[in-house]
Amino acid sequence: MDGIPQRNAPVDGAADERLVDEGWTVAGRRFRSRLVVGTGRYKDLPETQRAIEASGAEMVTVAVRRVNLSDASQPMLQDFVPPDRYTYLPNTAGCFTAQDAVRTLRLAREAGGWNLVKLEVLGPPPFLYPDMAATFEAAAALIADGFEVMVYCADDPVAAKRLEEMGCVAIMPLGAPIGSGLGVANPFMIRAIIAQAKVPVLVDAGIGTASDAALAMELGCDAVLLNSAIAHAGDPVRMARAMKAAVEAGRDAFLAGRMPRSAAADPSSPTGGLIRRDTV
Amino acid sequence: MQIAIEVNGERREVPEGASVAELLALIGLAAPKVAVERNLEIVPRSAWASTQLAPGDRLEIVHFIGGG
Repeated sequence: MDGIPQRNAPVDGAADERLVDEGWTVAGRRFRSRLVVGTGRYKDLPETQRAIEASGAEMVTVAVRRVNLSDASQPMLQDFVPPDRYTYLPNTAGCFTAQDAVRTLRLAREAGGWNLVKLEVLGPPPFLYPDMAATFEAAAALIADGFEVMVYCADDPVAAKRLEEMGCVAIMPLGAPIGSGLGVANPFMIRAIIAQAKVPVLVDAGIGTASDAALAMELGCDAVLLNSAIAHAGDPVRMARAMKAAVEAGRDAFLAGRMPRSAAADPSSPTGGLIRRDTV
Repeated sequence: MQIAIEVNGERREVPEGASVAELLALIGLAAPKVAVERNLEIVPRSAWASTQLAPGDRLEIVHFIGGG
């Protein structure tokens, strides 16, 4: 066995304390997983449960909707994704005005009993791009009412800074339109938002596959929020696992620091000591 | 004597003097994680039993479902 690394040796650096991810903190709450996942668009609740388990996420977004009065006994999300194990982050999906968003989150606070929420106020289809004027209005009302607001926003550094100064606890610019799977369309603006932020930055919306999530993390995001990329994958549970690995890899790559880019080749093997055919 | 109210956009009749808590029981909602809004005002859980419904009240009863 001499000289051959043992299979169980800590070659991945897990034993090196310096390499253990401490996680990230939002509004005083610490999370080890840097992946936040949605709970919508799955085939059924058991699949939701399995995918979220595989993702390793500790925080999940949830929607607030009317109870079905004709069948109040139907299975409920909280039976499959228990709120005592996962931090529920209620959203305002489907809200197109500040007033609707604030009303929805007040109901969410009453239903769940917590203040940490995801604010999103959307513009019209087909892009559902964040309506920033309405988002500012709703954020101000929610913060005044004691909410801790994680805010979905445009990839606009000026708007992002203003939301932070208002008191939002996390800034969540879109990578690309909701559910589009187009990835991070403007990495330069995401990087600009991260560079100036003093609160966590998450790319929210647009992630399509694992490499998109890794890229977002390589840019320096604190975490990534996604839903459809897992729920609409051919095999959601496997994609959930891929996303977990991608977010971890992207974070490590960001911390490690990438090598410089070069337009020309730079060989890795020594250029000296090459064997030569003798020339006469 | 019944009174007419609106719950989640549907017309519904409840006994006169019924409370929010009694309405939830009539619907069969034992779930702990619902929230109730009456005429645009939240009815806190602690006030469900003491809040009497009036004719024409508009209620929203919501809970958490899957979402992104």
